[in-house]
Amino acid sequence: MTITLLFISLCTFLAGGLVPAFLRGNSRFSRVFGPVANVAGCAVGLLGVVLSMLYGPAESGSIHWGAPSGSMAVGIDPLSALFALPVLVISALCALHGCGYMKPYAAKGKDMSRFWAFYNFLTGGMLLVTVARNALLFLLGWEVMALASFFLVLFDAGREPVRRAAWIYLVATHLGTACILLLFSMLGSGGSLDFTGLSLPDRSWAGAAFVLALVGFGTKAGFVPFHVWLPEAHPSAPSNVSAVMSGVMIKTGIYGLLRFILFMGPPPAWWGWTLLGVGLLSGVAGVLMALSQHELKRMLAYSSVENIGIIGMGLGLGLLGISYGIPAMAFLGFAGAFLHVLNHSVFKSLLFLAAGAIQNATGTRELDQLGGLLKRMPVTGAAFLAGSVAICGLPPLNGFVGELTAYLAAFTGIQNGAGTQGALPGIIAIGGLALMGGLALACFTKAFGIAFLGEPRSPGAGSARESHFSMRFPLVALSLLCLLMGLGGWLLVGLVEPVVGMLTTGFGFPVATGVHASHAESTLRYASIGSVSVIAAVLLLLFVRSRLLARRSVTTAPTWGCGYGSPEPSMQYTASSFADPLTGLFGPALGTGRNLASPGGLFPDRAGFSSDTPDACTDRFYIPLFTGMERLFKRLRVIQHGRINLYVLSIVVALAALLAWKLG
Amino acid sequence: MTAYLDIILVALILSDFILLGSGRLGNCIRIAAWQGIMVGLLPIATADAGFSFRIAALGIAVVVLKGFVFPRLLNRAIRESASSREVKPFVGYTTSLLAGVLALSASFWLDGRLSFPLHLESAIVVPVSLSMMFTGLFLVVARRTAVNQVIGYLVLENGIYALSLAIVRDVPFLVELGVLMDMFVAVFVMGIAIYRINMEFDHMDSNRLAKLRG
Repeated sequence: MTITLLFISLCTFLAGGLVPAFLRGNSRFSRVFGPVANVAGCAVGLLGVVLSMLYGPAESGSIHWGAPSGSMAVGIDPLSALFALPVLVISALCALHGCGYMKPYAAKGKDMSRFWAFYNFLTGGMLLVTVARNALLFLLGWEVMALASFFLVLFDAGREPVRRAAWIYLVATHLGTACILLLFSMLGSGGSLDFTGLSLPDRSWAGAAFVLALVGFGTKAGFVPFHVWLPEAHPSAPSNVSAVMSGVMIKTGIYGLLRFILFMGPPPAWWGWTLLGVGLLSGVAGVLMALSQHELKRMLAYSSVENIGIIGMGLGLGLLGISYGIPAMAFLGFAGAFLHVLNHSVFKSLLFLAAGAIQNATGTRELDQLGGLLKRMPVTGAAFLAGSVAICGLPPLNGFVGELTAYLAAFTGIQNGAGTQGALPGIIAIGGLALMGGLALACFTKAFGIAFLGEPRSPGAGSARESHFSMRFPLVALSLLCLLMGLGGWLLVGLVEPVVGMLTTGFGFPVATGVHASHAESTLRYASIGSVSVIAAVLLLLFVRSRLLARRSVTTAPTWGCGYGSPEPSMQYTASSFADPLTGLFGPALGTGRNLASPGGLFPDRAGFSSDTPDACTDRFYIPLFTGMERLFKRLRVIQHGRINLYVLSIVVALAALLAWKLG
Repeated sequence: MTAYLDIILVALILSDFILLGSGRLGNCIRIAAWQGIMVGLLPIATADAGFSFRIAALGIAVVVLKGFVFPRLLNRAIRESASSREVKPFVGYTTSLLAGVLALSASFWLDGRLSFPLHLESAIVVPVSLSMMFTGLFLVVARRTAVNQVIGYLVLENGIYALSLAIVRDVPFLVELGVLMDMFVAVFVMGIAIYRINMEFDHMDSNRLAKLRG
């Protein structure tokens, strides 16, 4: 039953992709059919996922479809279900958002069939990745997902930066796929590519296989230093696509990493240390870069790098818990990572959708062009605030749940760790998480404050109006989801418990998940009680305030009025001035470029300041690397002479040499 | 039946030499057509075990395609490009003939070194098909005109076909049809390409296409 539902869902996405693709030019039909097919496919798939969560995992068995070693093996277990859940929920909501968000493009006469075709392929590809039970089928889903998202990034292909971003993304994703291919050839050396038959021929290969998986899947997930495509591709894509890519697509990298290291046997300690280190690096670098950005979606993309870092740290703690034999740390580390996977998919897509609404309303994503939007777009503003609070890991919203669990993992590691071995990762994780949390708070205070508070800094922001219902509905739904998941955090533990049980058993270190889960649940329940009382206190204060103000006259004045004769919007804090104390502190690491034209003379007439933080990884590593490679391979152009005769001659010579070698 | 087979094989060798020594495109196409027909008759000549419908159909398909369809396409190409001669080939005709002799002797030497597990219908079928392959490759490398290069590919394919017939005896029907289809598409595409090249550049000298590289 579950499997049938999954197949129906996959076929719906296929149809939702193929029909608009063949009806190109019929934009009006696609604009209705595309989202409807997507939502229908998501609903059916969701039913299957929920059934599997209630009645246990299901497998289709392998159905051959002609390709060598390939089979149509589909199945769903707790790990698949956990990752398929956000894929389906978020995709459906973003499809709804797209109905309103894409209207200006459609009005400009852009053909929407292509967009909806690739959107459905993207969702189908992601679902296939999570439920595939054959490596070849997995790769098929992986590539469909990568290519569909590539074409979606390329949606606004008329602009040069968009084409550049899409190109970077395509190169990055295929370098990752190359590593995955190598990994599969190692795992499949037994002959079968069905997941039941995957194994390493030799235990000594495990290290290499782990590194391949980390690079291959880490590129999709966005671990530093493989993150360079995120801040390019996410801002370039339409906002509902960036919401799907940043909210759920990058999580398929985490899924792939976990799924395939399960085939590599018990993890040695250095795997956990590596993941912890990569997570820490991604988290700190991601949030620092986010802090120094002035462009809303680019900032959100860097913040995704940070959150992937938090997930990586949780997984690292979990693996180290297994390696050092600390069951509580193993459970809580994995649980924290999975909770953050679920939570991040909700609040990150919420933030991207809100950013899309802002862009539609104001025509810009530059923070320094915005301002005062809360008065003009109250629903979007409230939703963005909810997302910001959640992403900073503050109670009562859902970001808190995952981060608290990760903290708990670190603390239990320090408590139970024998000597320094288990305690050290805990100490590192606590320090890292605290640093990230503080910086994230600064980052999103900046984003919300500059964009929504104060006075508009541009005519576009001044004339902004609240967005269409189809865009507001997903925002409200996701905000409510943030709140509910935050308040009902302990219920989520029940959701991730079977996944952690499956992982730890798979690694040959069965953990009594029930005990640890109930421990975590009770802590989270206290947190929820605290949150509810805080909410109640705030409501009470609001009530008291309204009573106190009831019989007095209330006047409103422009923000930052402060008694100036004629306040100007340019007197306000800008994005870079707000972040300057912190970015200045980390200046040497960030390499922020400042461009200052000081006022001069007795009657200064012109002055200016701008700052720009380029990605150090791109500038100092990838650009030199690829330039060097280009120079190297240019030398090979000599043999690319373009003469068919000589090409054939070289083949003949090679064949003759081989024959002579074999027979001589 | 071996007598018929040997006659065909010797005729194939001779056609190779004519192709190597001839510069007239029309002549080359005619010879290639005859070679195609003879290769098509090969399965019928080797069918001493019985004359089945399958073998007959295969033979007819090969004869029709290689003997009539391909030459028509190629003739159209040279008619439309209004070129009738190979001008300035990379390797001259006399040298080409010497190379053909060399290829034939190399094939006989190779035949001695290779050992085939199967009983062969004729002692010379393997060297002849090998020399056809070499000749085909040589034509592709040594000729400048695109039409002659297509003919080279055809000769190469004829050699492969003859060798597979000799070795495998029972070539799977589908595989054979697949190869035929490939050839058909190749000749078709090349015919069109030659026509287009000629339209664009006013010549069909494949060597000068090297200018197109980026």
